[in-house]
Amino acid sequence: MAQNFPPPRRKRTPRVVVALTLAVVGLPFILLAALLVVLPLSQQPMVDVLIRRWFDRDPATWQHTQLVYAAALLVVAFVIFNFGAIAGGIFSWYERRVAARIQNRIGPNRVGSAGFLQWIADAVKLLFKEDLVPAEADALLFRAAPYFVVVGFVLTFLALPFGESLIVADLGVGIYFISSVTALIVVGILLSGWSSNSKWSLFGGMRSAAQVISYEIPAGLAIMVPVLMAGTLSMQGIIRAQGGWPWQWFIFQNPAAFVAFFILFTSQLAEANRTPFDLPEAESELVAGYFVEYSGFRFALYFLVEWGNLWVISGVATTLFLGGWQVPGVSAAVYQAARGAGAFPAAGWWGLQLASMVVFTVKTLTLVTVIIWIRWTLPRIRIDQMMNLCWKYLVPGAFATFVFTLLWLLLVGQVPALATATGVVLSAAAAVVLVLFLKQTRDNISAIAHEKVDLSNW
Amino acid sequence: MTINELHERLKAQFGDAVGPLSEPKIDPFATVKADRIVEICRWLKQTPGIEMDFCEDLTAIDWPKRNVVEVVYHLFSYRHRHGLVLKVETDRANPVVPTVEGVWKAANWMEREVYDLFGVGFTGHPDLRRVLLPDDWVGHPLRKDYQEAGGYHGIPSLRENPLVELRRLDEIRIAEQAKKAPPPPPPAPAAAPASPPAPAAPAAPKA
Amino acid sequence: MEKLILRRIDRNNEEMLVNFGPQHPSTHGVLNFLVETDGEVMKRAIPDIGYLHRSLEKIGEMVGYPGFMPYTDRIDYVAAMFANEGYALAVEKLLKVEVPQRAQYLRAISCELCRIASHLISVGTMATDIGAVTPLVHAIREREKVNDLIEALCGARLTYNYHRVGGVAFDMPSGWRDQVLRFLDTFDTILVEWDRLLSFNEIYIKRLANVAVITREQAVDYGLVGPNLRGSGMDWDLRRDVPYGAYPNFKFDVPVGHGYRGTEGDAFDRYYVRVLEMGASSKIVRQALEKIPDGEVMAKVPRKIKPEPGEAMARVESARGEMAYYLVSDGTERAYRVRVRTGSYLAMGIIEDISPGLMVADLVALIASLDVVAPETDR
Repeated sequence: MAQNFPPPRRKRTPRVVVALTLAVVGLPFILLAALLVVLPLSQQPMVDVLIRRWFDRDPATWQHTQLVYAAALLVVAFVIFNFGAIAGGIFSWYERRVAARIQNRIGPNRVGSAGFLQWIADAVKLLFKEDLVPAEADALLFRAAPYFVVVGFVLTFLALPFGESLIVADLGVGIYFISSVTALIVVGILLSGWSSNSKWSLFGGMRSAAQVISYEIPAGLAIMVPVLMAGTLSMQGIIRAQGGWPWQWFIFQNPAAFVAFFILFTSQLAEANRTPFDLPEAESELVAGYFVEYSGFRFALYFLVEWGNLWVISGVATTLFLGGWQVPGVSAAVYQAARGAGAFPAAGWWGLQLASMVVFTVKTLTLVTVIIWIRWTLPRIRIDQMMNLCWKYLVPGAFATFVFTLLWLLLVGQVPALATATGVVLSAAAAVVLVLFLKQTRDNISAIAHEKVDLSNW
Repeated sequence: MTINELHERLKAQFGDAVGPLSEPKIDPFATVKADRIVEICRWLKQTPGIEMDFCEDLTAIDWPKRNVVEVVYHLFSYRHRHGLVLKVETDRANPVVPTVEGVWKAANWMEREVYDLFGVGFTGHPDLRRVLLPDDWVGHPLRKDYQEAGGYHGIPSLRENPLVELRRLDEIRIAEQAKKAPPPPPPAPAAAPASPPAPAAPAAPKA
Repeated sequence: MEKLILRRIDRNNEEMLVNFGPQHPSTHGVLNFLVETDGEVMKRAIPDIGYLHRSLEKIGEMVGYPGFMPYTDRIDYVAAMFANEGYALAVEKLLKVEVPQRAQYLRAISCELCRIASHLISVGTMATDIGAVTPLVHAIREREKVNDLIEALCGARLTYNYHRVGGVAFDMPSGWRDQVLRFLDTFDTILVEWDRLLSFNEIYIKRLANVAVITREQAVDYGLVGPNLRGSGMDWDLRRDVPYGAYPNFKFDVPVGHGYRGTEGDAFDRYYVRVLEMGASSKIVRQALEKIPDGEVMAKVPRKIKPEPGEAMARVESARGEMAYYLVSDGTERAYRVRVRTGSYLAMGIIEDISPGLMVADLVALIASLDVVAPETDR
């Protein structure tokens, strides 16, 4: 048997490759740092301060003020777009590695240390592929469809927070904006499904459109629960209504919010076409569904959006239910105090922003990991069962949570301590469940301890 | 029931239509008349005590020497665990047999295969089309005298032996190169005295 | 064929004719289905086979009796041992050769290991078709171990050519028995894990239970065999009811579908019967390894096999059902007719009649639960 041979000697990765990998690993960190710096500075008050400092002009009267504003916005757009694209690429690597470990194998490990440059290699390969438009396809719509999807994806970053003051625009209708802009993706899907002039992509496009539109309803209703609890639609406002400690998160403050979190999570999975709701792109049936005729760069755009969407979904769920960027123990007054009195924020304030960004990123990445984990564990739901689930279970459930929250808020208005009590109880229960889960995981692992896999080739 | 008993009962029911049981050398079979096959099969399926509910195999054998195509039916009963082999002989030039698809649905596809590979027509079959070969194939391959058409829609079915083919291609290539660049003049035997060439030269034209 | 259907299709453009295959990740092998659908619900799914037809039956008439054995591997390359055994049994019947006991036990061991390997592929690909891609990789991991064992036994991992006319080709290597027992110990725990991970997953059950129900009468009428037949509630297994080889010496249970999670005869029953059969096979292998007698592994068979004129039919319980070999000999060295009746061929026949009213996603579940493989249907 094969076990009699000595294990293959692992080749040492050349130093160049390791350096290159580290450089590329640094890329998302660089982008996050850029976001940390650029986002607060691109808000209008700060740009005014910078104009005064760098150009010695009064922004109110200077003729080039608008140009500077536009330049600032372009810089922000550049960083955000890059972040979205690179997040998409890195999640593709991350997903492949996580999927591989779940499947008892290693995953990409050739291109760069731990295969980290794989997504760059894939992107470059797809860029170099032939730009194929099927002869019978509707050329204009076929070419335009991916861009609808990309625009629908990138626009969400307008209102997505990264930290305490790290948001492109704290819209008054933040969450509403995000929810409506993701609907552009449906347009793109339908267009691509129809314009490919292929029955399989038509099937996939119809299924996907039906799915996304149906699941907007329970998602919207579940979103109303934290909105009611916070009293505002603004993303930062919802986060500020929560606190840093787990019992101050909305998910634990209200039993209905706990249910609403899962309804939201499920609906967002369906909207992003992820397993168990990935029937529109079911590989084993439709061979990639609505983008089966796409190749090269356009195909890369679809996949970019699919993976980048993981960040958006997780970011939204974190914002609404998991306390967002709230650092445990740091309240709004601390930020205010750290800002200092000067026009330019003090260094302590930047440090706190960094902390809040780290908290947000960690929570979002945890949810992303959970989404990936679900994808590689669960089978796929059939289209009519999916519709059933949405209309017969999730919509009434979401309504019920909505009504419950209304009544709950009235109650909490009378008895404020109830909120904290519920928070403590539910978060304690969640902690207990987490401990049991970790114990079961340890038992599972030790049950197959004799099946040690040789991971030296990672 | 043993095969003999089954054969006895069959013969008792259908008389002439059922031939004698072949010598039980290895697997015995009984030949029946083609026009009664449907009744026989239905009787075998429905009679209590026999109940052949499983049409195990339905195939054919081509006997050009006897000028028949034999259609073979292997029947089996799950309940009684006995089996029987029936054969129907049809004329090789125009083989036609009534279909037993009405008795066992399993016969549907098996008869299609027999039609496809042997050319046996089954009257009453709801969907007699070729199954393994493309719809526009010519010929019935499992017949002993089947000749391949030599190609299908321009795809040849024979290929030259690669060793022969590659050598032929090599020779063509060498010839073309020789035509393009004339071969260099053979090197003159420089220092050797002329004696060997000299007698050879006048000898060569004579030879 | 498509032109035939297009003429019959409803002309007000609500029906589509879609080709499901032949290159498709989830038709098991090179199979094509012409699916007439009205949106998501199918009107009919017509199987269109023949893409892998290699005229093995004609080749059987040319290559002589022992020469056909490697070709039998290719009749069903996922579970090749059974094809080998069936052919060997048929030729031995013609030659009236008695196979030594040890060879019969080795045949049973290798066949049951092959059954485990084949069912792993079957349930793994079924999981992938339903959407859970991870179990396939786990199943392949286990199948690799079986392949390694069989490679140690006979040198090949896929097309074994191990059973020969008169016995088997090689004896067990030393230490092989312990390796097999060790594998079986881990395999039994893997089966438990499999059930927890996949079989009783709520979504999986919802996709398979009550889908594509085939009643017992239909199964018998359409000639379904093997796990398909047992999944529909018919308690029939050749190894127990018409035993051959070393099987009379083993005690094993035969799982029969009885509506484990839905109705009797649905896709889940056919799937779960296969999972249970893997456990049963592992028990058989253990018993066989305990009881295997010493002796020869090959009977005395003449070098040139020239049986007397006659015909013989041999059946084996393959992983996909009953495989029947019908050999007609005319006294020469070459067979006059070699006929292989496989379980997958008959399973294709039922798809067209079960498919009306199913959704496209259910067609995938139906094909996967019938465990059709293209080489068996096309030969």
